[in-house]
Amino acid sequence: MSLLAVRDLKVRLGAVQALDGVSFTVRPGEFVGLIGPNGAGKSTLLRAVLGLVPAQGEITMDGRAAAGMSARERAARIAYLAQEREIAWDVPVETVVALGRTPHRPAFAGLRDADRDAIEQAMRRMEVDGFRQRPATELSGGEKARVLIARALAQDTPLLLADEPAAGLDPGHQIALMRLFAELAAEGRSVVASLHDLGLAARWCSRLVLLARGRIVADGAPEAVLTPQRVREIYGVTAFFGTAAGGNVVQPLDLAEPGGDRPS
Amino acid sequence: MRQARPMRIACAALAMAAGAALCAVPAVAEPPRRVVSLNLCTDQMAMLIAGEGQLYSVSDLAVDPHSAVLVDEARKYAINHGLAEEIFLMRPDLVLAGTFTTRATVDLLRRLGIRVEEFAPENSFDDIRDGFRRMGDLLGRRKRAEELVAEMDRELAGLRAHPRPDVAVAAWEPNSYPSGNIAGRMGLTGMAKLPLELLILSRPDMVAGENPHYAAHSVAQDNFVHPAFRAAVRGAVSVPLPARLTICGGPFTVEAARMLREAAASIPERR
Amino acid sequence: MSGAARYRLLLCGLGGLTVVLFLLSLSVGPAAIAFSDSVRALFSDQSDAIALIMKEVRLPRALLGLMIGATLGLSGAALQGYLRNPLAEPGLIGISAAASLGAVLAIYSGLTAMFALALPLAALAAAVVAVIVVQALAGLHGGTLSIILAGVAVSSFAGAMTSLALNLSSNPFAAMEIMFWMLGSLADRSMLHVWLAGPFMITGWAMLALLGRSLDALTLGNDTAASMGVDLRRVQMLAVFGTAASVGAATAVAGAIGFVGLVVPHVLRPLVGARPSRLLPASALGGACVVLAADIAVRIIAPERDVKLGVLTALVGAPFFLWLVYRTRRRLA
Repeated sequence: MSLLAVRDLKVRLGAVQALDGVSFTVRPGEFVGLIGPNGAGKSTLLRAVLGLVPAQGEITMDGRAAAGMSARERAARIAYLAQEREIAWDVPVETVVALGRTPHRPAFAGLRDADRDAIEQAMRRMEVDGFRQRPATELSGGEKARVLIARALAQDTPLLLADEPAAGLDPGHQIALMRLFAELAAEGRSVVASLHDLGLAARWCSRLVLLARGRIVADGAPEAVLTPQRVREIYGVTAFFGTAAGGNVVQPLDLAEPGGDRPS
Repeated sequence: MRQARPMRIACAALAMAAGAALCAVPAVAEPPRRVVSLNLCTDQMAMLIAGEGQLYSVSDLAVDPHSAVLVDEARKYAINHGLAEEIFLMRPDLVLAGTFTTRATVDLLRRLGIRVEEFAPENSFDDIRDGFRRMGDLLGRRKRAEELVAEMDRELAGLRAHPRPDVAVAAWEPNSYPSGNIAGRMGLTGMAKLPLELLILSRPDMVAGENPHYAAHSVAQDNFVHPAFRAAVRGAVSVPLPARLTICGGPFTVEAARMLREAAASIPERR
Repeated sequence: MSGAARYRLLLCGLGGLTVVLFLLSLSVGPAAIAFSDSVRALFSDQSDAIALIMKEVRLPRALLGLMIGATLGLSGAALQGYLRNPLAEPGLIGISAAASLGAVLAIYSGLTAMFALALPLAALAAAVVAVIVVQALAGLHGGTLSIILAGVAVSSFAGAMTSLALNLSSNPFAAMEIMFWMLGSLADRSMLHVWLAGPFMITGWAMLALLGRSLDALTLGNDTAASMGVDLRRVQMLAVFGTAASVGAATAVAGAIGFVGLVVPHVLRPLVGARPSRLLPASALGGACVVLAADIAVRIIAPERDVKLGVLTALVGAPFFLWLVYRTRRRLA
């Protein structure tokens, strides 16, 4: 049974057709890298699946139509990590992570044991339990990103959608994040993360979905999706392709036509 | 105060003839014995009309020399600040208020079972007469009220004996009280609340207004030192009419009228 | 001490302070009534002078102080949480300006002279119209910015109409009555005012109280909150209508009382760990304390001069707010 099945998804934002008939399926145990140039529609795709933008097409989760689900039912199935890392108030780290339990808690109920366990585990996994009482405004960029990921983990959903989760992180934290997603996939959950870094995507994802101009151009194993020709065609760059330390290496080198117009 | 004017006039006529006031007054078994007034104008009227020991308290404005005429008289009474609890403790059987006294206070006093009679602000000598008569009825002192009205009418008649329609008065006051009306009654041509330009054009013979004695400065009083104003009224006779004479209607309004008349006398007749 | 325990302690403290101030408010007034006598009079069935004063003059004043303070604190916290802006305050969505306009029109047209409660009813009616206009302008899909803009538009319009009424008022007495009403006061309010405003305020509180969980989730932004199951449209409706009902009623009976809804949540936020859901009840109690204290102060400081409640809250609130801003700036620098 697929965690998420999207068929012929279309989204219109103003005058622009942001998504033009996108179809794909996500099964348990996958770490899907959603790649594509700026403006391809990656964020829009994630938001459309969550119901944050109006869309046409079919979205099913566990065989059930998403349209028939309440927001809370959807929230129990999919956790979302937004691109904007917004924490409006000076709340302590533990409170932020605890917010992940919101969809599971009945109104006006306190935190139950199951909630506390989930929060604890999430904090430990992201290594933020050491400063659980620190106010959110006193966190560094990397710490903040980890705290927000811990929140998504605490939500304890089979599927996690992340919008550019690696942006602004140093290499160590980036790799740690990729490892985490790969671990989640190994545990039977699934992660769909939009990434700009082709190297990270090629090395850590089990599957890549390449999006360009609102359409899926390629969908499959990294070696199949990231070919030199595709990279030149879609991104307008030349790249180095190889293997090292047991994984793929893709390193963009230079513009395909330096001085010329980029294809887009 | 504007209720049933024709009836009032008829009643007034009857009253003057027969000295009995039975109409348009709710049947009161006996006159009130402990009256509290919340409003400056009702304060002054009540002080003039009430019988010995009948008026118990007047408002704090009644002892303000800038606003009130009968300041010394007012000091003999208890002073109230217009708060329901304070007034309730005085145990009045009648409370006199203005139609613009704080609504909440008037409503609460009625809720506490106290009788409240409201008086609207006066805009003419007729209003003053009606007010006096109604006050007289309420306090059971109709005779005294009629005496005051008659006295006022006598003095007004005296002032009107020699009208001076050629004298133009600009009634210039920080408040918008129609004292130009008073001037009109004096057989003087009254102009009230003029814009500065019209004042300059009209070349008044007299300018009547408040002396800026108030410590607090107000924009309305700026006109008194405007150079154009000074030039326009250079030849005119200035009549300082203290506001306390014109805020409320009463015999002291006649005093204002007299001041205007005397000032007009100093202007040589034209034509 | 854990966060939850600290929070409970705070609520108990504020609750206790509210009770103390409420009793103090009952015992202040021109009549010198011993405290034990006053409390006994409240519960007695007699209608002697003391009982009448206590039940009809002091009790409504104290009750309104409590309820209006709670309304201002609660709605301030709710709006700040919903708009994610610590500068939001209950007047932002235009309800208090509209209620003031309704009251002003009632005075101006002479309706107030016709029957008791004309003024609060007119103010309430104006608040209802205003909230419908704000909601229509902002639309169901409009975000927080639309609500703020609609509120500013309604506020500006209501303010302009109020100024016009004052300007055209040929009667200086009416103009003064309008001005004094707008300064905000609880003097001489009766139980009728309590019965009129009470249901609206309680309805508003109920709506705002439901927002707690959603406001917490909104800390992470609209999208994340929506992804966690928060219904943004429901949040908007509860926030706008809850504020309108409670603040509209409060303004209708007492005039404009400023700064409470802005400053109280600000002060209490660090004490509840900045959690919006915890700030709601704390602000309600804090607001009640502030308004009760201010109302006691106006009766003690200058009983003859009738200092208006709204003037006092502004006099104290503005410098206090400046100090808060200064302190925050130093921390952020």
